[in-house]
Amino acid sequence: MDIIVTLKQVPDPEAPKETFRIDEAAMKILNPPNIDPVINGYDENAIEAALQLKEAAGGKVVAVSMGEASATRALKQALAMGVDEGILLQDASFADADATSTAHVLARAIEKIGSYGLILCGRQASDWDQSQVPSGIAELIGLPSVTAVQKVALQDDAVRVERILEDGYEVLDIRGPCVVTVSNEANKPRYPTLKGIMAAGKKQILVWDAAELGVDAAQVGSAGALTRVSKLYVPSFAGDCEFIAGESPEEMGANLALRLRELKII
Amino acid sequence: MAQGVMIFAETTGAALAPIAKEMCGVGRRLADALGEPLVAAVAGSGVGGADQEAIAHGADRVYVADADVLQTYQTASYCTVIGQIAEQAEPEVLLVGMSDNGRDLGPRLAFRLRTGLASDCVDLTINAETRLLEATRPVSGGNAMATVVIEKTRPQMATVRAKTMPAAEPDAGRQGEVIAVDVSVDAVALPVTVVERVKAESEGVRLEDADIVISGGRGLKGPDDFYAILEPCAKALGGAIGASRAAVDEGWVPTQLQVGLTGKIVSPKLYVACAISGAAQHMAGCGYSKTIVAVNRDPDAPIYQRANIGIVGDYKKVMPAFQAKCAELLG
Repeated sequence: MDIIVTLKQVPDPEAPKETFRIDEAAMKILNPPNIDPVINGYDENAIEAALQLKEAAGGKVVAVSMGEASATRALKQALAMGVDEGILLQDASFADADATSTAHVLARAIEKIGSYGLILCGRQASDWDQSQVPSGIAELIGLPSVTAVQKVALQDDAVRVERILEDGYEVLDIRGPCVVTVSNEANKPRYPTLKGIMAAGKKQILVWDAAELGVDAAQVGSAGALTRVSKLYVPSFAGDCEFIAGESPEEMGANLALRLRELKII
Repeated sequence: MAQGVMIFAETTGAALAPIAKEMCGVGRRLADALGEPLVAAVAGSGVGGADQEAIAHGADRVYVADADVLQTYQTASYCTVIGQIAEQAEPEVLLVGMSDNGRDLGPRLAFRLRTGLASDCVDLTINAETRLLEATRPVSGGNAMATVVIEKTRPQMATVRAKTMPAAEPDAGRQGEVIAVDVSVDAVALPVTVVERVKAESEGVRLEDADIVISGGRGLKGPDDFYAILEPCAKALGGAIGASRAAVDEGWVPTQLQVGLTGKIVSPKLYVACAISGAAQHMAGCGYSKTIVAVNRDPDAPIYQRANIGIVGDYKKVMPAFQAKCAELLG
Protein backbone atom coordinates (compact mmCIF):
# COMPACT_ATOMS: atom_id res chain seq x y z
CA MET A 1 0.00 0.00 0.00
CA ASP A 2 1.28 3.45 -0.88
CA ILE A 3 1.20 5.88 2.02
CA ILE A 4 1.36 9.66 2.09
CA VAL A 5 2.66 11.36 5.22
CA THR A 6 2.11 15.07 5.81
CA LEU A 7 4.88 16.95 7.60
CA LYS A 8 5.33 20.31 9.22
CA GLN A 9 8.62 21.85 10.14
CA VAL A 10 8.38 23.56 13.54
CA PRO A 11 10.63 25.31 16.06
CA ASP A 12 12.29 22.68 18.25
CA PRO A 13 9.93 22.13 21.21
CA GLU A 14 12.84 20.69 23.19
CA ALA A 15 14.67 24.00 22.97
CA PRO A 16 15.25 25.58 26.40
CA LYS A 17 12.20 27.51 27.59
CA GLU A 18 14.16 30.74 27.86
CA THR A 19 14.87 30.67 24.11
CA PHE A 20 11.13 30.74 23.29
CA ARG A 21 10.30 33.88 21.27
CA ILE A 22 7.27 35.31 19.59
CA ASP A 23 6.77 38.37 17.40
CA GLU A 24 3.75 40.00 19.03
CA ALA A 25 3.31 42.55 16.24
CA ALA A 26 3.47 40.00 13.40
CA MET A 27 1.70 37.37 15.59
CA LYS A 28 4.26 34.73 14.77
CA ILE A 29 6.03 32.07 16.80
CA LEU A 30 9.72 32.54 16.01
CA ASN A 31 12.38 29.93 15.62
CA PRO A 32 14.92 30.42 18.41
CA PRO A 33 18.28 31.64 17.10
CA ASN A 34 20.94 28.95 16.61
CA ILE A 35 18.52 26.08 17.19
CA ASP A 36 17.56 24.24 14.01
CA PRO A 37 13.87 23.68 13.34
CA VAL A 38 12.71 20.07 13.41
CA ILE A 39 10.01 17.80 12.02
CA ASN A 40 6.94 18.16 14.23
CA GLY A 41 7.26 15.31 16.75
CA TYR A 42 3.84 13.79 16.07
CA ASP A 43 4.66 13.82 12.34
CA GLU A 44 7.74 11.74 13.15
CA ASN A 45 5.39 9.24 14.80
CA ALA A 46 3.38 9.25 11.55
CA ILE A 47 6.54 8.64 9.50
CA GLU A 48 7.57 5.78 11.78
CA ALA A 49 4.11 4.20 11.50
CA ALA A 50 4.27 4.52 7.71
CA LEU A 51 7.73 2.95 7.54
CA GLN A 52 6.65 0.02 9.73
CA LEU A 53 3.63 -0.60 7.47
CA LYS A 54 5.89 -0.44 4.42
CA GLU A 55 8.31 -2.92 5.98
CA ALA A 56 5.43 -5.29 6.75
CA ALA A 57 3.45 -5.03 3.53
CA GLY A 58 5.48 -3.18 0.90
CA GLY A 59 4.51 -0.05 -0.99
CA LYS A 60 5.92 3.44 -1.15
CA VAL A 61 5.97 6.25 1.39
CA VAL A 62 5.76 9.84 0.14
CA ALA A 63 6.22 12.79 2.48
CA VAL A 64 4.62 16.11 1.62
CA SER A 65 5.06 19.42 3.40
CA MET A 66 3.81 22.93 2.82
CA GLY A 67 6.38 25.50 3.83
CA GLU A 68 9.19 27.78 2.88
CA ALA A 69 12.33 26.54 1.13
CA SER A 70 13.86 25.90 4.56
CA ALA A 71 11.32 23.10 5.10
CA THR A 72 13.42 21.05 2.67
CA ARG A 73 15.38 20.23 5.78
CA ALA A 74 12.45 18.35 7.35
CA LEU A 75 11.76 16.49 4.12
CA LYS A 76 15.43 15.50 3.82
CA GLN A 77 15.28 14.15 7.34
CA ALA A 78 12.18 12.13 6.45
CA LEU A 79 14.06 10.69 3.47
CA ALA A 80 16.97 9.82 5.75
CA MET A 81 14.56 7.91 8.00
CA GLY A 82 13.52 5.82 5.00
CA VAL A 83 10.74 7.73 3.24
CA ASP A 84 10.90 7.19 -0.55
CA GLU A 85 9.97 10.63 -1.89
CA GLY A 86 9.65 14.16 -0.55
CA ILE A 87 7.51 16.94 -2.01
CA LEU A 88 7.66 20.56 -0.88
CA LEU A 89 4.61 22.74 -1.53
CA GLN A 90 6.08 26.19 -1.78
CA ASP A 91 4.71 29.44 -3.12
CA ALA A 92 4.77 33.04 -1.90
CA SER A 93 0.97 32.96 -1.95
CA PHE A 94 0.92 30.15 0.65
CA ALA A 95 2.33 32.46 3.35
CA ASP A 96 0.34 33.16 6.53
CA ALA A 97 -2.04 30.27 5.94
CA ASP A 98 -4.40 29.05 8.65
CA ALA A 99 -5.64 25.47 9.04
CA THR A 100 -8.25 25.93 6.31
CA SER A 101 -5.93 27.26 3.64
CA THR A 102 -3.19 24.79 4.62
CA ALA A 103 -5.56 21.84 4.31
CA HIS A 104 -6.64 23.15 0.91
CA VAL A 105 -3.08 23.10 -0.47
CA LEU A 106 -2.27 19.71 1.06
CA ALA A 107 -5.51 18.19 -0.25
CA ARG A 108 -4.73 19.38 -3.76
CA ALA A 109 -1.22 17.96 -3.52
CA ILE A 110 -2.54 14.61 -2.29
CA GLU A 111 -5.02 14.48 -5.16
CA LYS A 112 -2.16 15.24 -7.55
CA ILE A 113 -0.04 12.43 -6.09
CA GLY A 114 -3.08 10.25 -6.71
CA SER A 115 -1.85 6.83 -5.69
CA TYR A 116 -2.36 6.11 -2.00
CA GLY A 117 -4.26 3.83 0.32
CA LEU A 118 -3.56 5.71 3.51
CA ILE A 119 -2.67 9.25 4.57
CA LEU A 120 -0.90 9.47 7.91
CA CYS A 121 -0.52 12.75 9.79
CA GLY A 122 0.68 13.75 13.25
CA ARG A 123 -2.21 14.33 15.64
CA GLN A 124 -1.28 18.02 15.96
CA ALA A 125 1.67 20.34 15.36
CA SER A 126 3.63 21.47 18.38
CA ASP A 127 3.75 25.13 17.32
CA TRP A 128 0.08 26.09 16.93
CA ASP A 129 -1.45 22.89 18.44
CA GLN A 130 -4.57 23.16 16.29
CA SER A 131 -5.11 19.53 15.18
CA GLN A 132 -7.37 20.69 12.37
CA VAL A 133 -5.49 20.13 9.11
CA PRO A 134 -5.77 16.31 8.88
CA SER A 135 -9.56 16.30 9.39
CA GLY A 136 -9.71 19.15 6.89
CA ILE A 137 -7.79 17.20 4.26
CA ALA A 138 -10.15 14.25 4.77
CA GLU A 139 -13.25 16.43 4.47
CA LEU A 140 -11.96 18.26 1.38
CA ILE A 141 -11.09 15.02 -0.44
CA GLY A 142 -14.08 13.14 0.95
CA LEU A 143 -12.22 10.44 2.89
CA PRO A 144 -12.93 8.86 6.27
CA SER A 145 -10.79 10.19 9.12
CA VAL A 146 -9.80 8.81 12.50
CA THR A 147 -7.79 10.96 14.89
CA ALA A 148 -5.30 10.30 17.69
CA VAL A 149 -4.47 6.63 17.27
CA GLN A 150 -1.91 4.61 19.22
CA LYS A 151 -1.67 1.79 16.67
CA VAL A 152 -2.18 1.41 12.95
CA ALA A 153 -2.04 -1.87 11.06
CA LEU A 154 -3.34 -3.42 7.87
CA GLN A 155 -6.09 -5.97 8.38
CA ASP A 156 -7.22 -7.77 5.21
CA ASP A 157 -8.69 -4.98 3.08
CA ALA A 158 -9.04 -2.50 5.92
CA VAL A 159 -6.84 -0.22 7.95
CA ARG A 160 -7.17 -1.23 11.60
CA VAL A 161 -6.44 1.44 14.18
CA GLU A 162 -6.67 1.93 17.93
CA ARG A 163 -8.15 5.31 18.75
CA ILE A 164 -7.13 6.57 22.17
CA LEU A 165 -9.96 7.23 24.64
CA GLU A 166 -9.81 8.68 28.14
CA ASP A 167 -10.47 5.30 29.71
CA GLY A 168 -8.89 2.99 27.15
CA TYR A 169 -9.12 2.73 23.38
CA GLU A 170 -11.40 1.58 20.60
CA VAL A 171 -10.44 -0.67 17.72
CA LEU A 172 -11.73 0.60 14.39
CA ASP A 173 -11.60 -0.87 10.90
CA ILE A 174 -11.58 1.70 8.12
CA ARG A 175 -12.46 0.61 4.59
CA GLY A 176 -10.79 2.28 1.64
CA PRO A 177 -8.36 5.17 1.54
CA CYS A 178 -8.47 7.24 4.71
CA VAL A 179 -6.74 9.84 6.86
CA VAL A 180 -5.38 8.69 10.21
CA THR A 181 -3.62 10.90 12.77
CA VAL A 182 -0.94 9.32 14.90
CA SER A 183 -0.23 10.09 18.57
CA ASN A 184 3.04 9.83 20.41
CA GLU A 185 1.94 6.59 22.11
CA ALA A 186 2.16 4.79 18.75
CA ASN A 187 5.90 4.30 18.52
CA LYS A 188 9.38 5.64 19.05
CA PRO A 189 10.51 7.23 15.78
CA ARG A 190 13.77 5.82 14.44
CA TYR A 191 16.91 7.88 14.05
CA PRO A 192 18.22 8.18 10.50
CA THR A 193 21.11 5.82 9.83
CA LEU A 194 24.32 7.02 8.19
CA LYS A 195 23.35 5.01 5.13
CA GLY A 196 19.93 6.65 5.16
CA ILE A 197 21.45 10.11 5.39
CA MET A 198 23.80 9.34 2.46
CA ALA A 199 20.91 8.01 0.35
CA ALA A 200 18.73 11.01 1.23
CA GLY A 201 21.52 13.35 0.16
CA LYS A 202 21.33 11.95 -3.35
CA LYS A 203 17.55 12.30 -3.66
CA GLN A 204 15.82 15.38 -5.06
CA ILE A 205 12.97 17.06 -3.22
CA LEU A 206 10.18 17.83 -5.68
CA VAL A 207 8.85 21.39 -5.40
CA TRP A 208 5.28 22.17 -6.41
CA ASP A 209 4.04 25.75 -6.55
CA ALA A 210 0.54 27.20 -6.83
CA ALA A 211 0.51 26.89 -10.64
CA GLU A 212 1.73 23.30 -10.53
CA LEU A 213 -1.03 22.45 -8.03
CA GLY A 214 -3.66 24.48 -9.90
CA VAL A 215 -4.90 26.07 -6.70
CA ASP A 216 -7.05 29.19 -6.63
CA ALA A 217 -5.15 32.16 -5.13
CA ALA A 218 -8.26 33.08 -3.11
CA GLN A 219 -8.15 29.76 -1.25
CA VAL A 220 -4.52 29.65 -0.16
CA GLY A 221 -2.34 31.46 2.35
CA SER A 222 -3.75 34.48 4.13
CA ALA A 223 -6.37 35.03 1.40
CA GLY A 224 -7.95 31.63 2.06
CA ALA A 225 -7.67 31.81 5.85
CA LEU A 226 -10.93 31.85 7.80
CA THR A 227 -9.35 32.60 11.18
CA ARG A 228 -7.23 35.57 12.16
CA VAL A 229 -4.98 35.81 15.20
CA SER A 230 -5.84 39.15 16.80
CA LYS A 231 -3.42 38.87 19.69
CA LEU A 232 -0.40 36.72 20.58
CA TYR A 233 1.31 37.02 23.94
CA VAL A 234 3.38 35.16 26.50
CA PRO A 235 1.34 34.64 29.65
CA SER A 236 2.85 35.70 32.93
CA PHE A 237 2.32 33.73 36.08
CA ALA A 238 2.17 35.05 39.59
CA GLY A 239 5.31 33.21 40.67
CA ASP A 240 4.24 33.50 44.30
CA CYS A 241 5.25 30.00 45.26
CA GLU A 242 5.39 29.45 49.01
CA PHE A 243 8.39 27.29 49.88
CA ILE A 244 8.11 24.81 52.73
CA ALA A 245 11.04 25.01 55.12
CA GLY A 246 12.71 22.17 56.97
CA GLU A 247 16.10 20.85 58.09
CA SER A 248 15.76 17.72 55.99
CA PRO A 249 13.59 16.50 53.09
CA GLU A 250 11.73 14.33 55.61
CA GLU A 251 10.94 17.33 57.78
CA MET A 252 9.80 19.29 54.72
CA GLY A 253 7.49 16.42 53.80
CA ALA A 254 5.94 16.45 57.27
CA ASN A 255 5.67 20.24 57.21
CA LEU A 256 3.89 20.04 53.85
CA ALA A 257 1.24 17.82 55.41
CA LEU A 258 0.84 20.28 58.30
CA ARG A 259 0.56 23.26 55.95
CA LEU A 260 -2.00 21.55 53.67
CA ARG A 261 -4.00 20.60 56.75
CA GLU A 262 -3.83 24.21 57.96
CA LEU A 263 -5.12 25.38 54.56
CA LYS A 264 -7.88 22.74 54.81
CA ILE A 265 -6.76 21.18 51.54
CA ILE A 266 -6.42 17.76 53.13
CA MET B 1 -29.19 35.45 9.31
CA ALA B 2 -27.06 33.72 11.85
CA GLN B 3 -28.26 34.05 15.41
CA GLY B 4 -27.52 32.66 18.83
CA VAL B 5 -25.02 30.25 20.29
CA MET B 6 -25.13 26.53 19.63
CA ILE B 7 -23.38 23.84 21.66
CA PHE B 8 -22.79 20.18 20.95
CA ALA B 9 -24.37 18.70 24.10
CA GLU B 10 -22.67 15.33 24.37
CA THR B 11 -24.51 12.57 26.20
CA THR B 12 -23.55 9.53 28.25
CA GLY B 13 -26.47 7.17 27.90
CA ALA B 14 -29.63 9.18 28.53
CA ALA B 15 -27.91 11.95 30.50
CA LEU B 16 -25.78 14.96 29.62
CA ALA B 17 -22.05 14.26 29.82
CA PRO B 18 -20.06 16.45 32.26
CA ILE B 19 -18.46 18.28 29.33
CA ALA B 20 -21.93 19.20 28.02
CA LYS B 21 -22.73 20.95 31.29
CA GLU B 22 -19.53 22.94 30.91
CA MET B 23 -20.62 23.87 27.35
CA CYS B 24 -24.04 24.89 28.71
CA GLY B 25 -22.28 27.17 31.19
CA VAL B 26 -20.06 28.95 28.68
CA GLY B 27 -22.72 28.85 25.95
CA ARG B 28 -25.27 30.54 28.21
CA ARG B 29 -22.77 33.23 29.16
CA LEU B 30 -21.96 34.01 25.49
CA ALA B 31 -25.63 33.90 24.47
CA ASP B 32 -26.46 36.40 27.22
CA ALA B 33 -23.61 38.63 26.09
CA LEU B 34 -25.13 38.63 22.60
CA GLY B 35 -28.68 38.86 23.94
CA GLU B 36 -29.54 35.82 21.81
CA PRO B 37 -30.75 32.26 22.48
CA LEU B 38 -28.68 29.22 23.45
CA VAL B 39 -29.30 26.18 21.29
CA ALA B 40 -28.14 22.68 22.23
CA ALA B 41 -27.65 19.79 19.80
CA VAL B 42 -28.13 16.36 21.37
CA ALA B 43 -27.28 13.20 19.42
CA GLY B 44 -27.34 9.56 20.46
CA SER B 45 -29.56 6.54 20.84
CA GLY B 46 -32.15 6.56 23.63
CA VAL B 47 -31.03 9.98 24.84
CA GLY B 48 -34.27 10.30 26.79
CA GLY B 49 -34.04 13.02 29.38
CA ALA B 50 -30.99 14.80 28.00
CA ASP B 51 -33.17 17.38 26.24
CA GLN B 52 -34.87 18.55 29.46
CA GLU B 53 -31.54 18.39 31.23
CA ALA B 54 -30.03 20.70 28.61
CA ILE B 55 -32.92 23.13 29.10
CA ALA B 56 -32.45 23.00 32.88
CA HIS B 57 -28.78 23.81 32.30
CA GLY B 58 -29.54 26.89 30.23
CA ALA B 59 -30.58 25.92 26.68
CA ASP B 60 -33.54 27.77 25.13
CA ARG B 61 -33.94 25.31 22.28
CA VAL B 62 -32.75 21.71 21.97
CA TYR B 63 -32.43 19.76 18.75
CA VAL B 64 -32.53 16.02 19.41
CA ALA B 65 -31.24 13.44 16.96
CA ASP B 66 -32.15 10.08 18.44
CA ALA B 67 -31.41 7.00 16.33
CA ASP B 68 -29.80 3.56 16.65
CA VAL B 69 -27.08 4.56 14.21
CA LEU B 70 -25.93 7.22 16.70
CA GLN B 71 -25.46 4.69 19.53
CA THR B 72 -21.68 4.82 19.20
CA TYR B 73 -19.77 7.94 18.23
CA GLN B 74 -18.48 7.87 14.70
CA THR B 75 -16.95 10.85 12.94
CA ALA B 76 -19.04 10.46 9.80
CA SER B 77 -22.45 10.03 11.42
CA TYR B 78 -22.02 12.67 14.11
CA CYS B 79 -20.52 15.18 11.69
CA THR B 80 -23.49 14.70 9.36
CA VAL B 81 -26.11 15.03 12.08
CA ILE B 82 -24.57 17.93 14.01
CA GLY B 83 -23.76 19.62 10.69
CA GLN B 84 -27.43 19.35 9.64
CA ILE B 85 -28.58 20.80 12.95
CA ALA B 86 -26.11 23.69 12.58
CA GLU B 87 -27.41 24.41 9.09
CA GLN B 88 -30.96 24.42 10.40
CA ALA B 89 -30.23 26.49 13.54
CA GLU B 90 -27.80 28.89 11.78
CA PRO B 91 -25.95 29.89 14.95
CA GLU B 92 -23.58 32.83 15.22
CA VAL B 93 -21.27 30.79 17.48
CA LEU B 94 -20.82 26.99 17.67
CA LEU B 95 -19.00 25.38 20.60
CA VAL B 96 -17.77 21.79 20.89
CA GLY B 97 -16.24 20.54 24.16
CA MET B 98 -12.95 18.67 23.89
CA SER B 99 -13.92 15.21 25.06
CA ASP B 100 -12.55 12.20 23.17
CA ASN B 101 -15.36 12.67 20.68
CA GLY B 102 -15.57 16.45 20.59
CA ARG B 103 -11.83 16.63 19.92
CA ASP B 104 -12.37 14.48 16.82
CA LEU B 105 -15.66 16.05 15.74
CA GLY B 106 -14.79 19.76 15.96
CA PRO B 107 -12.28 20.10 13.11
CA ARG B 108 -14.18 17.88 10.70
CA LEU B 109 -17.40 19.76 11.44
CA ALA B 110 -15.71 23.13 10.82
CA PHE B 111 -14.60 21.99 7.36
CA ARG B 112 -18.07 20.53 6.69
CA LEU B 113 -19.62 23.90 7.52
CA ARG B 114 -16.83 25.70 5.62
CA THR B 115 -16.09 27.89 8.57
CA GLY B 116 -13.17 28.83 10.79
CA LEU B 117 -12.37 27.11 14.08
CA ALA B 118 -10.32 28.08 17.11
CA SER B 119 -9.10 24.83 18.71
CA ASP B 120 -8.71 23.97 22.37
CA CYS B 121 -9.84 27.31 23.77
CA VAL B 122 -9.53 28.17 27.45
CA ASP B 123 -11.19 31.58 27.36
CA LEU B 124 -14.14 32.77 25.28
CA THR B 125 -15.67 36.25 25.30
CA ILE B 126 -17.88 38.34 23.07
CA ASN B 127 -16.35 41.68 22.09
CA ALA B 128 -19.01 44.22 23.05
CA GLU B 129 -18.17 46.49 20.13
CA THR B 130 -17.67 44.08 17.23
CA ARG B 131 -19.96 41.38 18.72
CA LEU B 132 -17.34 38.89 17.51
CA LEU B 133 -16.26 35.84 19.51
CA GLU B 134 -12.75 36.27 20.88
CA ALA B 135 -11.36 32.80 21.43
CA THR B 136 -8.16 32.50 23.43
CA ARG B 137 -6.09 29.35 23.26
CA PRO B 138 -2.67 28.18 24.37
CA VAL B 139 -0.19 27.69 21.55
CA SER B 140 3.24 26.11 21.45
CA GLY B 141 2.23 23.78 24.25
CA GLY B 142 1.20 26.71 26.45
CA ASN B 143 4.32 28.85 26.04
CA ALA B 144 2.14 31.53 24.46
CA MET B 145 -1.52 32.44 24.20
CA ALA B 146 -3.30 33.43 20.99
CA THR B 147 -6.64 35.16 20.61
CA VAL B 148 -8.42 34.13 17.43
CA VAL B 149 -11.31 35.79 15.60
CA ILE B 150 -13.42 34.42 12.76
CA GLU B 151 -14.64 37.32 10.66
CA LYS B 152 -15.59 35.97 7.25
CA THR B 153 -17.78 32.95 7.93
CA ARG B 154 -20.50 31.70 10.28
CA PRO B 155 -20.77 30.02 12.66
CA GLN B 156 -17.69 31.16 14.54
CA MET B 157 -16.50 27.79 15.85
CA ALA B 158 -14.45 26.93 18.90
CA THR B 159 -13.52 23.68 20.57
CA VAL B 160 -13.19 24.16 24.31
CA ARG B 161 -10.69 22.51 26.63
CA ALA B 162 -12.34 20.33 29.26
CA LYS B 163 -12.51 21.61 32.84
CA THR B 164 -11.68 25.20 31.94
CA MET B 165 -15.28 26.45 32.03
CA PRO B 166 -17.55 26.22 35.07
CA ALA B 167 -20.45 23.81 34.58
CA ALA B 168 -23.92 25.34 34.50
CA GLU B 169 -26.09 24.78 37.58
CA PRO B 170 -29.42 23.15 36.73
CA ASP B 171 -32.70 25.00 37.24
CA ALA B 172 -35.59 22.56 36.85
CA GLY B 173 -38.01 25.46 36.40
CA ARG B 174 -36.49 26.65 33.11
CA GLN B 175 -38.61 26.28 29.98
CA GLY B 176 -37.42 25.54 26.48
CA GLU B 177 -38.36 24.16 23.11
CA VAL B 178 -37.47 20.65 21.91
CA ILE B 179 -37.17 19.90 18.20
CA ALA B 180 -36.81 16.33 16.96
CA VAL B 181 -34.40 15.93 14.05
CA ASP B 182 -34.78 13.40 11.24
CA VAL B 183 -31.66 11.28 11.07
CA SER B 184 -30.78 10.20 7.58
CA VAL B 185 -27.53 8.35 8.25
CA ASP B 186 -27.19 4.85 6.85
CA ALA B 187 -25.19 2.63 9.20
CA VAL B 188 -24.26 0.27 6.37
CA ALA B 189 -22.67 3.10 4.41
CA LEU B 190 -20.45 4.27 7.28
CA PRO B 191 -16.81 3.82 6.30
CA VAL B 192 -15.66 2.80 9.77
CA THR B 193 -16.58 -0.26 11.83
CA VAL B 194 -16.13 -0.28 15.58
CA VAL B 195 -14.54 -3.68 16.28
CA GLU B 196 -14.33 -3.34 20.05
CA ARG B 197 -13.84 -0.92 22.90
CA VAL B 198 -11.15 -1.80 25.36
CA LYS B 199 -11.28 -0.32 28.83
CA ALA B 200 -7.93 0.25 30.44
CA GLU B 201 -7.51 -1.66 33.65
CA SER B 202 -7.76 0.69 36.55
CA GLU B 203 -8.50 0.31 40.17
CA GLY B 204 -9.40 2.93 42.69
CA VAL B 205 -10.24 6.50 41.82
CA ARG B 206 -10.11 7.59 38.19
CA LEU B 207 -7.38 10.13 37.54
CA GLU B 208 -9.77 12.65 35.98
CA ASP B 209 -12.22 12.38 38.90
CA ALA B 210 -9.67 12.41 41.72
CA ASP B 211 -9.60 15.25 44.26
CA ILE B 212 -5.95 14.60 44.89
CA VAL B 213 -3.44 13.69 42.18
CA ILE B 214 0.19 12.78 42.77
CA SER B 215 2.21 12.80 39.58
CA GLY B 216 5.70 11.74 38.67
CA GLY B 217 8.00 12.79 35.87
CA ARG B 218 11.25 12.02 34.18
CA GLY B 219 13.04 12.44 37.50
CA LEU B 220 11.57 9.16 38.77
CA LYS B 221 14.02 7.45 36.40
CA GLY B 222 11.87 4.35 36.05
CA PRO B 223 8.49 2.78 36.84
CA ASP B 224 9.35 1.56 40.34
CA ASP B 225 8.77 4.69 42.40
CA PHE B 226 5.39 5.32 40.77
CA TYR B 227 4.15 2.16 42.45
CA ALA B 228 6.41 2.07 45.51
CA ILE B 229 6.21 5.72 46.61
CA LEU B 230 3.58 7.75 44.71
CA GLU B 231 0.76 5.22 44.56
CA PRO B 232 0.68 4.29 48.28
CA CYS B 233 0.61 7.99 49.13
CA ALA B 234 -2.17 8.72 46.62
CA LYS B 235 -4.19 5.74 47.84
CA ALA B 236 -3.83 6.75 51.46
CA LEU B 237 -5.29 10.16 50.57
CA GLY B 238 -8.05 8.71 48.37
CA GLY B 239 -6.40 10.11 45.26
CA ALA B 240 -4.87 8.85 42.04
CA ILE B 241 -1.46 8.89 40.42
CA GLY B 242 -0.59 10.69 37.21
CA ALA B 243 2.49 11.13 35.06
CA SER B 244 4.21 13.53 32.70
CA ARG B 245 4.47 12.70 29.03
CA ALA B 246 8.18 11.93 29.48
CA ALA B 247 7.33 9.09 31.88
CA VAL B 248 4.68 7.72 29.52
CA ASP B 249 6.97 7.94 26.49
CA GLU B 250 9.61 5.99 28.42
CA GLY B 251 7.00 3.27 28.94
CA TRP B 252 7.16 3.50 32.73
CA VAL B 253 3.41 3.93 33.18
CA PRO B 254 0.40 3.38 30.90
CA THR B 255 -0.76 6.17 28.61
CA GLN B 256 -4.00 6.64 30.59
CA LEU B 257 -1.95 8.21 33.37
CA GLN B 258 -0.58 11.00 31.20
CA VAL B 259 -1.50 14.48 32.37
CA GLY B 260 -0.93 17.18 29.79
CA LEU B 261 -1.86 18.76 26.52
CA THR B 262 -2.43 15.46 24.73
CA GLY B 263 -3.30 13.47 27.84
CA LYS B 264 -5.75 14.01 30.66
CA ILE B 265 -6.85 17.45 31.75
CA VAL B 266 -7.25 17.39 35.52
CA SER B 267 -8.32 20.05 38.00
CA PRO B 268 -8.10 18.41 41.43
CA LYS B 269 -8.09 20.19 44.78
CA LEU B 270 -4.48 19.17 45.20
CA TYR B 271 -1.93 18.34 42.52
CA VAL B 272 1.48 17.18 43.72
CA ALA B 273 4.13 17.10 40.98
CA CYS B 274 7.15 14.98 41.91
CA ALA B 275 10.32 15.44 39.87
CA ILE B 276 8.40 17.15 37.08
CA SER B 277 10.18 20.14 35.54
CA GLY B 278 6.94 21.85 34.54
CA ALA B 279 7.04 21.94 30.75
CA ALA B 280 4.17 23.94 29.26
CA GLN B 281 2.93 20.66 27.73
CA HIS B 282 2.40 19.23 31.20
CA MET B 283 1.04 22.40 32.79
CA ALA B 284 -1.65 22.49 30.09
CA GLY B 285 -3.11 19.41 31.79
CA CYS B 286 -2.82 20.43 35.46
CA GLY B 287 -2.64 24.23 35.44
CA TYR B 288 -6.27 24.52 36.51
CA SER B 289 -5.75 22.55 39.73
CA LYS B 290 -6.79 24.46 42.85
CA THR B 291 -3.45 23.94 44.59
CA ILE B 292 -0.25 22.82 42.89
CA VAL B 293 2.61 21.48 44.99
CA ALA B 294 5.99 20.99 43.33
CA VAL B 295 8.62 18.66 44.75
CA ASN B 296 11.88 18.90 42.86
CA ARG B 297 15.57 18.77 43.60
CA ASP B 298 16.29 21.58 41.14
CA PRO B 299 15.49 24.95 42.76
CA ASP B 300 15.36 26.55 39.29
CA ALA B 301 12.78 24.14 37.83
CA PRO B 302 10.16 26.13 35.86
CA ILE B 303 7.37 24.40 37.78
CA TYR B 304 7.94 26.69 40.77
CA GLN B 305 6.62 29.58 38.64
CA ARG B 306 3.28 27.79 38.48
CA ALA B 307 3.23 26.05 41.84
CA ASN B 308 1.44 27.45 44.88
CA ILE B 309 3.62 25.48 47.26
CA GLY B 310 7.15 24.24 46.64
CA ILE B 311 9.60 21.89 48.26
CA VAL B 312 13.17 21.77 47.07
CA GLY B 313 14.17 18.25 47.92
CA ASP B 314 14.23 14.62 46.90
CA TYR B 315 10.72 13.20 46.49
CA LYS B 316 12.07 9.81 47.63
CA LYS B 317 12.52 11.28 51.09
CA VAL B 318 9.82 13.95 51.05
CA MET B 319 6.85 11.84 49.98
CA PRO B 320 7.06 8.96 52.49
CA ALA B 321 7.42 11.50 55.30
CA PHE B 322 4.50 13.47 53.87
CA GLN B 323 2.40 10.31 53.75
CA ALA B 324 3.29 9.37 57.31
CA LYS B 325 2.39 12.83 58.62
CA CYS B 326 -0.89 12.80 56.66
CA ALA B 327 -1.76 9.43 58.24
CA GLU B 328 -1.06 10.88 61.66
CA LEU B 329 -3.13 14.04 61.00
CA LEU B 330 -6.03 12.34 59.30
CA GLY B 331 -6.11 9.41 61.69
